Amino acid sequence: MYLCAMDNDSDILEQLAEREYEYGFVTDIDMEIVPAGLNEDTVRFVSEKKNEPEWLLEWRMKGYQSFLKQEMPHWQNFEMPEMDFQKISYYAAPKKQAKYSSLDEVDPELLRTFEKLGIPVNEQKHLAGVAVDIVFDSVSVTTTYKKQLEELGIIFCSISEAVQNHPDLVKKYLGTVVPPSDNIFASLNTAVFTDGSFVYIPKGVRCPMELSTYFRINAENTGQFERTLIIADEGSYVSYLEGCTAPMRDENQLHAAVVELIAMKDAEIKYSTVQNWYPGDKDGKGGIYNFVTKRGACRGERSKISWTQVETGSAITWKYPSVLLLGEGSEGEFYSVAVTNKKQIADTGTKIHHLGANTKSRIISKGISAGEGQNSYRGLVQIGPKANNARNFTQCDSLLIGNNCGAHTFPYIESKNNTAMLEHEATTSKIGEDQVFYLNQRGIDQEKAIALIVNGYAKEVLNQLPMEFAVEAQKLLSLTLEGSVG
Amino acid sequence: MLVIKDLHASIDGKEILKGINLTVNAGEVHAIMGPNGSGKSSLASVLAGRENYEVTGGEVWLDGKNVLDMKPEERAREGVFLAFQYPVEIPGVSNINFLKTALGEIRQHHGLPPLSAKEFLAMTREKQKLVEFDAKLANRSLNEGFSGGEKKRNEVFQLAMLQPKLSILDETDSGLDIDALRIVSNGVNKLRSKDNAFVLITHYQRLLDYIVPDVVHVLYNGRIVRSGTKELALELEDKGYDWLKEELRVSESIQ
Repeated sequence: MYLCAMDNDSDILEQLAEREYEYGFVTDIDMEIVPAGLNEDTVRFVSEKKNEPEWLLEWRMKGYQSFLKQEMPHWQNFEMPEMDFQKISYYAAPKKQAKYSSLDEVDPELLRTFEKLGIPVNEQKHLAGVAVDIVFDSVSVTTTYKKQLEELGIIFCSISEAVQNHPDLVKKYLGTVVPPSDNIFASLNTAVFTDGSFVYIPKGVRCPMELSTYFRINAENTGQFERTLIIADEGSYVSYLEGCTAPMRDENQLHAAVVELIAMKDAEIKYSTVQNWYPGDKDGKGGIYNFVTKRGACRGERSKISWTQVETGSAITWKYPSVLLLGEGSEGEFYSVAVTNKKQIADTGTKIHHLGANTKSRIISKGISAGEGQNSYRGLVQIGPKANNARNFTQCDSLLIGNNCGAHTFPYIESKNNTAMLEHEATTSKIGEDQVFYLNQRGIDQEKAIALIVNGYAKEVLNQLPMEFAVEAQKLLSLTLEGSVG
Repeated sequence: MLVIKDLHASIDGKEILKGINLTVNAGEVHAIMGPNGSGKSSLASVLAGRENYEVTGGEVWLDGKNVLDMKPEERAREGVFLAFQYPVEIPGVSNINFLKTALGEIRQHHGLPPLSAKEFLAMTREKQKLVEFDAKLANRSLNEGFSGGEKKRNEVFQLAMLQPKLSILDETDSGLDIDALRIVSNGVNKLRSKDNAFVLITHYQRLLDYIVPDVVHVLYNGRIVRSGTKELALELEDKGYDWLKEELRVSESIQ
């Protein structure tokens, strides 16, 4: 590393670099886990477990069929690791599951787990105004504040429940933004998705609280394949946040989620992610493979979808939250902070498809690379022939900490309409020894100095997060980078 | 307060400081002058603990504590403040937030609780006024987009906020127009007390018209070659450094 630490410093820094992932514990709980392997029977098994209607099983089979036909993507800026889909178990659930009508029925060990993770399950003790749905391995464990939301006609539940209780809505919208054949990971998800969240905000309703889902992988050799579907009907508004952690294991685990957002006329969806899956150890052993397909469709006029992501975890992150701007005057936003430390890899960015007239989009991406981390921004801004007066502003910045990391940017622009206005700004900078020394000279130690500088750099994105989570995200950024300067 | 004994330091294997001896007492202002490349800024950097300098010999004491054993942040918390010649910009970090963090660290070091938001705000207002620092600048990102003069004034504002024992001003006067120079000097004069001390590193006698030093030193080729009163600075202004260099050459050849 380029900052020459003083002798007594290096010990401390070494300790910090080897600091353990805080959420790496395993919950010892009675689980039902199906044997590893993927075939039609697996798909049928999952569907049966969930007591699903015939149409859904058929839809899953479509996904499975296209999964078989597809190849692994090859365009990303890293070597795709070997993935043996037959070695993954596609269903794992706490045994005492089924439905909990109240928190008292939830396995106390599970509740302790969430307490340890700092997840507010207990509604009394709770962060004010955040409703939480929790997915533990393959099933949704509990959803809080359900009653209060129901009074407004808001549906916030696990997708399995939605299939049972609101089948028409699910059938109408599921797979309409990310079709079963979209890409190999989306196809796999279609075939074997186990749970996830479902949100429906009725016409004209402004959801009065943050909706939040917390994902936790616990069992060994399992994958997590959640599916989230959010529909904001005309004139409605919702802000949704997801968080995720996993135990430390030497084997890589696959997380292949699909998220679909649909915004009708004058509706707005704000979707925030704080991703902190286990990143693997300092030698790059273990960690989550995070291969996620997230896409939103602004279907109505003046609708708006905004993605905010803080990606600090996972061994590999491969995700490009995208927006289809169909409605006239609709708007898409993508705000991202992606951090790679140790041997982490992130290939992330967005795709914005301007299809309607007068559509607008804004992309702010802040990559931070430390240790031996590799960070790529990959973005596509596409302007269709009918998208008159479309506008895009893109800013992608990279910050390097140390000499062994890498930052890469792959911005693509495809415009088929000459009225489009596109702006692109990009910078690459290195945390300066001078900046750190300046802060040291004012009494601030090295770790805090880095944290200040990095949070300042990422501020524009962090400001997009709901208040409570912005504070969490700031802490997470500092933790992820601890020991990265030596 | 500050005692420097036979301090040697080098950078990239090249010796820059070749045996500095200097004692600064509480309540005093010392000016260090000297031609380009004489080691003035290096001395400031070594005292602050910049890591690319290697101390190869000597001692530095601050009120009986061994400064050379401390990390840069510990020196700062003990009361060593360096007003930088070229203050850096740190985008996105608000000036006020940064000062709050710094002050908190220093207070914690001395076993004091952090100031309440109200107390901190009151202090900020008072010090802004004292050193004539624009409130708008105080709320912006740390030095981001500041002019050279604004950056220097921010250094003096920070000095006022952090209340160090020993302040080293590294060419704080360079690049300032006459009004800014007056404001900066007034600020420093108001902050002078019997409990703190200042070391002014400067090229020009001009600054010393505003901040009157107790002692003037001339640094040349890594050593303090002459010390005197304010009159020494006037003499240098008048005659330049060449006569001094010549005199030194003569005395060295005699030895």
